[in-house]
Amino acid sequence: MKKGKSEYHSVKNKAPLLKRLKKDVFSNYELYLMLLPVVAFYIIFHYAPMYGVLMGFQDYKPMLGIEGSPWVGFQHFTDFFNSPYFFRVIKNTLTISLSQLFFSFPMPIILALLLNEVKTRWFGRTIQTVTYIPHFISLVVVCALVRDFTSDTGIITSIFKFFGYDGRTMLTKPDLFVPIYVTSGIWQEIGWNSIIYLAALSAVDAQLYEAAAIDGAGKWRQTIHITLPSILPTIIILLILKMGTLLSVGYEKVLLLYNPGIYDTADVISTYVYRLGFESASYSASTAIGLFNSLVNIILVVMANTLSKKFSETSLF
Amino acid sequence: MKIKESLGMKVFRFINGIILTALAIACVYPMYHVIMASFSDGYSLLGHSGALITPLNFNLDGYEKLFEYPILLKSYGNTLFICVVQLVLNVILTSFAAYALTRKELHIRRYVMLFILFTMYFNGGMVPTYMLIRDLGLLNSLWSIILPSALTTYNLIVLRTAFAAVPESLYESARLDGAGHFQILFKIYLPLTKASLAVVVLYYLVAAWSSWFSASLYLDDREKYPLQLLLREILIENDAGEMSAGVSDSEKQAVSETLKYSAIVISTIPILCVYPFLQKYFAKGVMIGAVKG
Repeated sequence: MKKGKSEYHSVKNKAPLLKRLKKDVFSNYELYLMLLPVVAFYIIFHYAPMYGVLMGFQDYKPMLGIEGSPWVGFQHFTDFFNSPYFFRVIKNTLTISLSQLFFSFPMPIILALLLNEVKTRWFGRTIQTVTYIPHFISLVVVCALVRDFTSDTGIITSIFKFFGYDGRTMLTKPDLFVPIYVTSGIWQEIGWNSIIYLAALSAVDAQLYEAAAIDGAGKWRQTIHITLPSILPTIIILLILKMGTLLSVGYEKVLLLYNPGIYDTADVISTYVYRLGFESASYSASTAIGLFNSLVNIILVVMANTLSKKFSETSLF
Repeated sequence: MKIKESLGMKVFRFINGIILTALAIACVYPMYHVIMASFSDGYSLLGHSGALITPLNFNLDGYEKLFEYPILLKSYGNTLFICVVQLVLNVILTSFAAYALTRKELHIRRYVMLFILFTMYFNGGMVPTYMLIRDLGLLNSLWSIILPSALTTYNLIVLRTAFAAVPESLYESARLDGAGHFQILFKIYLPLTKASLAVVVLYYLVAAWSSWFSASLYLDDREKYPLQLLLREILIENDAGEMSAGVSDSEKQAVSETLKYSAIVISTIPILCVYPFLQKYFAKGVMIGAVKG
């Protein structure tokens, strides 16, 4: 049986590739028709800009274009590694992503576990609906709210004043940028990110709990031995995904929150790339640093994927 | 049989209820504060610090001034245009891609998938992308915002995963009955994957509604600003200058204070009204997408 099948395959495969492809295209032309705009989209908007990466190795002059600008090799890369900004932006990027890993990442899991213990249906539902709200508020508005509430007359400042804070606008203090950035992120995404864990929790077989209860396991031990293991795969996959983005902190939120007074703790790689490219018109340096960041990200993602394959038998690609 | 709850359990439930309620209040209060402030008098707001439970000297000045703001309605229109056109493109391209890449008849699908996935991890960067938009002649046009977001790889993966779960037998019987691929996509696949489609549409909608950065790079003409970019001007850069020419500084300040809040209200309420209708699909749709990455 098996042999027959493989024979059939080898016979089929003997037809020349081009001929097979022709037949394939002909009988399924609709599929290729569907694919056409998609591939065109990726070529134009994703692959075409990759050509521009060459600018990172040039002293790009808009008048001369990529074809005419002089080549400088790795000049911009070494300049960046030797500049005082290198340490600053790497340190800030890592501080923000690691704080997110330690503080933001576990929060939705804790929320899902707490929600799972709620037995009154309407209460659980209401809490869920309400905690999703911040996810739907746009970033511009969220940042405006953060600025407003942490300003010298803001409600958060008044609360902290009660505990002895000096009452000045919080975003003028370099030390407070990362806590504000991370906390507002938790606030915005805790509900939304808990959905996936809640879905995993609802799939746990109720019989497991009953059996454990009969064996005398209390709530705490049920949580440790049944609930957590059942959502562990989800946690691991999301954790590994997160590890792959350690050196990419988005620029949008930072741009809306920071000011030159706190660049020391708030300026990250992507915002530095932005300012170089669009404020000081250092096109080549900006492109080079962006490229460096992309390459580090790829290395991190591949490492995370390898880890994922090893520990959870799941991988992204 | 009902197992009697121990005292410890009761205490835990009580504390749990308090924690969750506190979190819920923290999630709702900021919007509540904004709504109350939007109905307040600007001068009173300037002198106020801390929480707001009711409006201060109730009035509608903020909203009145907001609708006098020359380009507000224009920017609202721009955002609606962007959202509608982009969503149409999004649904078409994403379902085409997801369907074609699910079908085994497409022998090159593995390579196409790799070709697409690569772009998730590597891109040309900000400056080269800007130059592309410029070379395409899209600068200062709303298409510079719409076209680059016509398809998102993450959403494509979510929908493709849902499509992969559609039973093969349905496809085969439709093929035997003579249905073409387009027919199968629209009559079988999309109706069967409503939950994932709803979540994908929601992701796209939230992204289109909230986007401001590409607009800030590519648009010069204020007439073309989407709502969020105008909001950034009013809220973050504190620039309500245009609407209050010829008034004193303190009045200007008072007006811009309450105008800020009414701007937040009218820009946020529409999207907050959409999501409860889609909520029942969240658990299913989000789950599929995130686990498979």
